[in-house]
Amino acid sequence: MSARGPVRRGWSWRWLLYLTLVLAVALFVLPVYMMVVTALKEPAAIDLTTAWQLPRHWNWDSFAQAWTAFLPKLKNSLVLTVSASAASALLGSLNGYAFAKWPFPGSRAAFAFILFGMFIPYQAILIPLFGFIKAIGLYGSIWGLVLVHTVYGLPITTLIFRNYYVEIPDALMEASQLEGAGFFAIYRRVVFPLSLPAFVVVIIWQFTQIWNEFLFAVTLSNPESQPITVALAQLAGGEAVRWNLPMAGALLAALPTLLVYVLFGRFFVRGLLAGSVKG
Amino acid sequence: MKRQRASQLTSFLVVLPSLLLVGIFVYGFIGRTVLTSLSDWGRDPTQALALSPVTRFVGLDNYRELFTGIIDGRFRQDLVSTVFFTVFFLAGCLGVGLLLAILIDHKPRGEAVFRSVYLFPFALSFVVTGTIWRWLLQPSGGLNQLPPLVGLPAGEFTWLTSRQQIWRFDWNAMPVALAVFGGLAMALLAVVDLRGHRREPRRRRRGLVAAAASVALLAWAAVWGRGWAPLPFGELHGFNLAFIGIVVASVWQMAGYTMALYLAGLSGIPEELREAATVEGASGWQLYSRVILPLLAPITLSAMIVLGHISLKIFDLVFAMAGPDNAYTDVPALLMYITTFRGNQFAKGAAIGTILLVLVALIVVPYLRSQLRREVDR
Amino acid sequence: MTRRTAWFMAAALVAALGATTARAEEKLEIFSWWAGDEGPALQALLDRYAAQNPTIKVVNSTVTGGSGVNARAVLKTRMLGGDPPDSFQVHAGQELIGTWVVANRMEDLSGLFRSEGWLKQFPPGLIALLSAKGGIWSVPVNIHRSNVMWYVPANLQKWGVQPPKTWDEFIATCAVLQGKGLKAPLAVGENWTVNHLWESVALGVLGPEGWSGLWTGKVRMDHPKVVKVWETFGKVLDCTNADASGLSWQQATDRMLKGDAAFNIMGDWAAGYMSTTLKLVPGEGFGWAPAPGTGGTFMMLSDSFGLPKGVKHHDAAVKWLKLLGSREGQDIFNPLKGSIAARLDSDLGKYNAYLVSAAKDWKTNTVVGSLAHGAVAPEAFASQFGTVMEIYLGSKNPQAAASAARAIADQVGLGK
Repeated sequence: MSARGPVRRGWSWRWLLYLTLVLAVALFVLPVYMMVVTALKEPAAIDLTTAWQLPRHWNWDSFAQAWTAFLPKLKNSLVLTVSASAASALLGSLNGYAFAKWPFPGSRAAFAFILFGMFIPYQAILIPLFGFIKAIGLYGSIWGLVLVHTVYGLPITTLIFRNYYVEIPDALMEASQLEGAGFFAIYRRVVFPLSLPAFVVVIIWQFTQIWNEFLFAVTLSNPESQPITVALAQLAGGEAVRWNLPMAGALLAALPTLLVYVLFGRFFVRGLLAGSVKG
Repeated sequence: MKRQRASQLTSFLVVLPSLLLVGIFVYGFIGRTVLTSLSDWGRDPTQALALSPVTRFVGLDNYRELFTGIIDGRFRQDLVSTVFFTVFFLAGCLGVGLLLAILIDHKPRGEAVFRSVYLFPFALSFVVTGTIWRWLLQPSGGLNQLPPLVGLPAGEFTWLTSRQQIWRFDWNAMPVALAVFGGLAMALLAVVDLRGHRREPRRRRRGLVAAAASVALLAWAAVWGRGWAPLPFGELHGFNLAFIGIVVASVWQMAGYTMALYLAGLSGIPEELREAATVEGASGWQLYSRVILPLLAPITLSAMIVLGHISLKIFDLVFAMAGPDNAYTDVPALLMYITTFRGNQFAKGAAIGTILLVLVALIVVPYLRSQLRREVDR
Repeated sequence: MTRRTAWFMAAALVAALGATTARAEEKLEIFSWWAGDEGPALQALLDRYAAQNPTIKVVNSTVTGGSGVNARAVLKTRMLGGDPPDSFQVHAGQELIGTWVVANRMEDLSGLFRSEGWLKQFPPGLIALLSAKGGIWSVPVNIHRSNVMWYVPANLQKWGVQPPKTWDEFIATCAVLQGKGLKAPLAVGENWTVNHLWESVALGVLGPEGWSGLWTGKVRMDHPKVVKVWETFGKVLDCTNADASGLSWQQATDRMLKGDAAFNIMGDWAAGYMSTTLKLVPGEGFGWAPAPGTGGTFMMLSDSFGLPKGVKHHDAAVKWLKLLGSREGQDIFNPLKGSIAARLDSDLGKYNAYLVSAAKDWKTNTVVGSLAHGAVAPEAFASQFGTVMEIYLGSKNPQAAASAARAIADQVGLGK
């Protein structure tokens, strides 16, 4: 087998390589080990000095407790994430298609206009956003959050789709154009069928971002419409924290995105790469 | 021609709703925030939380207070903390990410497993990461209890609860320091432009302007700046050691992202290039420093921009790790939240938000401009 | 089926649906920061309410975090968002008045006070604290004392020290204990508990009149006497544990109970924690004394519930308030909570030894209000007091802290 890097003679280098890699794995997995072990301990057994030891009795109770406490919030997060991902993906696809294949005078400026929204710190719009959502009566409703995440997801979804569509050769469109097909017809016939990988990338990316988001969630929701991140923060931020519950809760909260990551890792990485404006 | 016009119109109309939405939700709201930051909303308790608050225009008063008022020392420390945090966060992510990418680039066995492990923290919410690490960094447990497992004494560092601060400097020295720094930077720019590009009129003009600015700044620093103290008391700021815990957690989360970027970049380097370099006798180290790393420079830049803007607006991680009450790990984004929603100081919160925006814009806008301009030349 | 039958069935269905929605259960949402150890007391009250009102569904929204530090921010967004909870826990006094009453967001409860006869059942000093702009704004459920020093009698005996009576005595005792190997004789926890400690020091140094003068504007925050408060505070802090900011208040109290510290200055909800949760016997498992220098003064704070304007379930909320202010309600809640009833006619037989002694002090001592718990200062000041504390902790400069406090007091118009 040909090693891709510079050829290293002998096994000593490989040995060092594997050692470093395994050490790094240990460092990365350490916190997860801690989380799982603590979640499985009985509250009375959680002591700072014995933090690293395996639990004596495996206490699945914390998971049960966290599950019942979090179930409604998990539902909220699911509704929020699925709706907002779908909406922002759809709009992003149309936008990306327009920018990539049908440029109009000023379309570059328009693209930059939208793109900048990807980078703004949300603290710079939080106060007026709050006032706006309240004014249209969506404060405390999950749909207020859906609206917010859809709009603020537009820049990144537009970017990803636009970069994807730019790679589609114009020749594919020309045949239909000669037949007299216009903007939407070509989208329906040629572009949309080719968009599946991009949709997967975008939806996975948005799913992760929206599921994990906290600032909007904590500002615009009430106890009924709270997503899971807010519930976790309140659980863990309380006083006299019995750490088994927050750890179990953290595990539950992380599970969906971790599942997405494990199952769709390839697309996840593509979304991540597409998110850096490489032009 | 008419067909083209019609389809251009359609294209514009398709994009229009998004333009409007972004126009309102991004630019419109930014405008509102800036306007709010110029008012006194929040100072008068009878108006702060009223149904229809009545506020007055106070110009840049909130900003003046933030930078030179006694009670906003916490904000100034937050700015300093953010600078330190950004530097360490970037160094950590780029360093660790590059190292891991290079290691994996050697195609070890089980490469996919290693990659997945290093990248999985990126799929977690900052709140989850913060919760886990908060537990890990408890002074009497967690990381401090690792050495005993191998027989060493337990760690004594107080991590997030540390009150220690190093590299302290006085805020009153800031104006002069900034002026000197700016003056030197301008001088450097002037030298580059005037020496190397004297023929090009645009760069010559830029060089002259830079030279003038440099002289003005340095002169001010030497003559007037020295006597001016924005604050009545000396106010020390520095690097809060409590941030070390935050840096560790955030690098843990984001190093995988950098690694993925670098891996993509490394795979884009043609095999022939590497072979050619090796054939010419480049040692492993030289291969990397002379050939590969320079080719990765655009990725480094891109990663720095993305990571930089994340670190400037970091909120969730700190909130979950240290709570909103720990002044030693405070960051501007968190301060904005508690100023607004606990202190009812909406105008001041808006001012902090605006300052955050300006900081982010300073690094993002030039980058976006250069990227998009390069695209046109494609 | 014929079209007419179909229409008829549709109409009947709609009518049935309409009827069920009309008879939909009424709800009551109350908002508090009582969770964890302080939860059982609230739950007992909620159970009583549910028993009295079986058709009303009670929703207990809590946001954890000692002294309501997190709850207040969440409440803010709810109120500003136009979705107020039906009733919310708030510290009686300026925390409510200076924030929501002056902004015209609360309903005046004086009518309720009159109809329930409460004007005679609560001490006049307390009613004065609850009143502003001619109205009364919240129903006090309990009274807590802030300036209490806790210790384990057996441990003090072992070390051969007595509970100190002034702050100078305290500093001397602290030196003695440190000599005996106790690194941090005074246990303290995260930020708000440090503020809590400060107000006992301030009260001890300034006395009740000086303390009250701070909030009426008579005593300026940068007066030399107040600078002395910060100096004394610095010396007291030298006796505390270095890892304080990672500890909750219960964990700090635990330190004192375990013997890692000798004293813990905390409000008397610590008594509830020690007797109800840890099942210790008052007087044996733990002992108490007024914080040094504050004997004869009762620094009070009171948890109370108010009625925001525009709530969804007004009647259910009023019923809740009536239960809270009743003798029955207060005597259900307070023994479990570890506080004394705000009412003067509570049945002391239900209370433990500590609370009986506290009730006696409540009737006889000079009453002043707490800063850390929202009685004497509006939120605008109290929330920025943390900044003053950080300035002090960072610089250890009493003058700087006092000047910062003065600047903030001037900015929010304290005492005007």
